Amino acid sequence: MSYLADVGTLARKDLLLELRSRDTLPAMLLFVVSTLVVFSFALPADASDAAAYGLLWVAIVFTAILGLTRAFAAERDQRVLDGLVLAPCDRSAIWLGKGIAVLAFLALAEVVALPAFALFFEPVSWELVAAVVLADGGLAAVGTLLAAMAAASRARELLLPLLFLPLAIPIVVGGVGASIADDPGRYLGFLVLYDLIFAILSWASFEYVVTE
Amino acid sequence: MSTSLRNSRAVALAAATAALLLVGLALAFYWVPNAPLEGFRQRIFYIHVPVALTAYACFGWAAWKGLRLLWTREQRYDLESYTAVHMGVIFGILTLVTGSIWARTSWNTWWSWEERQLVLFLVLFLFYSAYFMLRFSVDPGPRRERMSAVYALFGVVLIPVSFLAIRLAEGLIHPVVFDSQVNTRLTASQLITFVVCFAGTLALAGSLYVNELTGKRIDARLGELREALE
Repeated sequence: MSYLADVGTLARKDLLLELRSRDTLPAMLLFVVSTLVVFSFALPADASDAAAYGLLWVAIVFTAILGLTRAFAAERDQRVLDGLVLAPCDRSAIWLGKGIAVLAFLALAEVVALPAFALFFEPVSWELVAAVVLADGGLAAVGTLLAAMAAASRARELLLPLLFLPLAIPIVVGGVGASIADDPGRYLGFLVLYDLIFAILSWASFEYVVTE
Repeated sequence: MSTSLRNSRAVALAAATAALLLVGLALAFYWVPNAPLEGFRQRIFYIHVPVALTAYACFGWAAWKGLRLLWTREQRYDLESYTAVHMGVIFGILTLVTGSIWARTSWNTWWSWEERQLVLFLVLFLFYSAYFMLRFSVDPGPRRERMSAVYALFGVVLIPVSFLAIRLAEGLIHPVVFDSQVNTRLTASQLITFVVCFAGTLALAGSLYVNELTGKRIDARLGELREALE
């Protein structure tokens, strides 16, 4: 029970911090809408409807990267992570708390992105919404771990996309498949599998990444 | 283990590598009959597939060493895991090159998104290239060792997940073509040639691994000595 309380406290800290400073979420919202607008100019007029769904998934992954590069900024600048690691709580609770905060930002960005997509491009189906929810889980789980790694490096913001994009390819495959295929169930199932595997792996390995 | 014994073992392994590769190539070019469907060009199979399997073996070895590092916290596993990734990337590039040549001779194109193995190796190549970026931008120390180990572990999990993803994407982008795979049924002579070539590439990877590991150890030791002098 105290584990969940720790996670709740850590997640609340991040959400409160964002509520007061507002430096990540507005940037993510603006970025995802700008990306969609840029894509509308990148697509040729006679492009198939399916291409727009592909671009939506690229926008989602890029927005996630944008949010993740900021995820550990406060921890790094104020050296909070040292304190958190010393605190008498399980280290994986740090990962879970941060992951929940990242998930919340991502979900809020998509609450804006999906209606914008429906307005500019194609209708949004229930399968697409389900795929976005599942993909968010995977993106937040893997992304939080990799962001912690990147925050400890000298390259920082530069490193995260390089680490993250190869791991995000399966999510894009699952997401695009669920949006345009005749049998979205297979792709949604694949996203569930991805989430489970990488959430467990990230949860188990986070401790090794943050301790000195 | 004394240095001279280690050296003589490395020399023996290198000699075995040379012998196995020579015999394997001789078998592949002069002994095995032409494949019925693909003819002479199918012989690249005896280089491409063993190299690809060896790359997987290297990545698996790297993850195993990473797991050992997280488990025991013994520092020596870090260099071993790093060297294994290094070898895996080299063999991965070889796989991409030989696969591209094969695609050119078979389908008259240097790259085909329908070739699962090639696409998978491209993803893995990108993933493990980032491993080097990670290593080079983190200061040496226990934290870097554990980060590298965790990343190497993610790699072996990513291999089957990506493979599944590529299979799913294939049905999405192109209609799946059922062609008669070359390696479905091997004749006895094909199997023998393949096994010798595979043993040869494995020995080559092992030989390079031992060599590179020695080099990296000396390098690390030299760095320590330099630091002590300053």
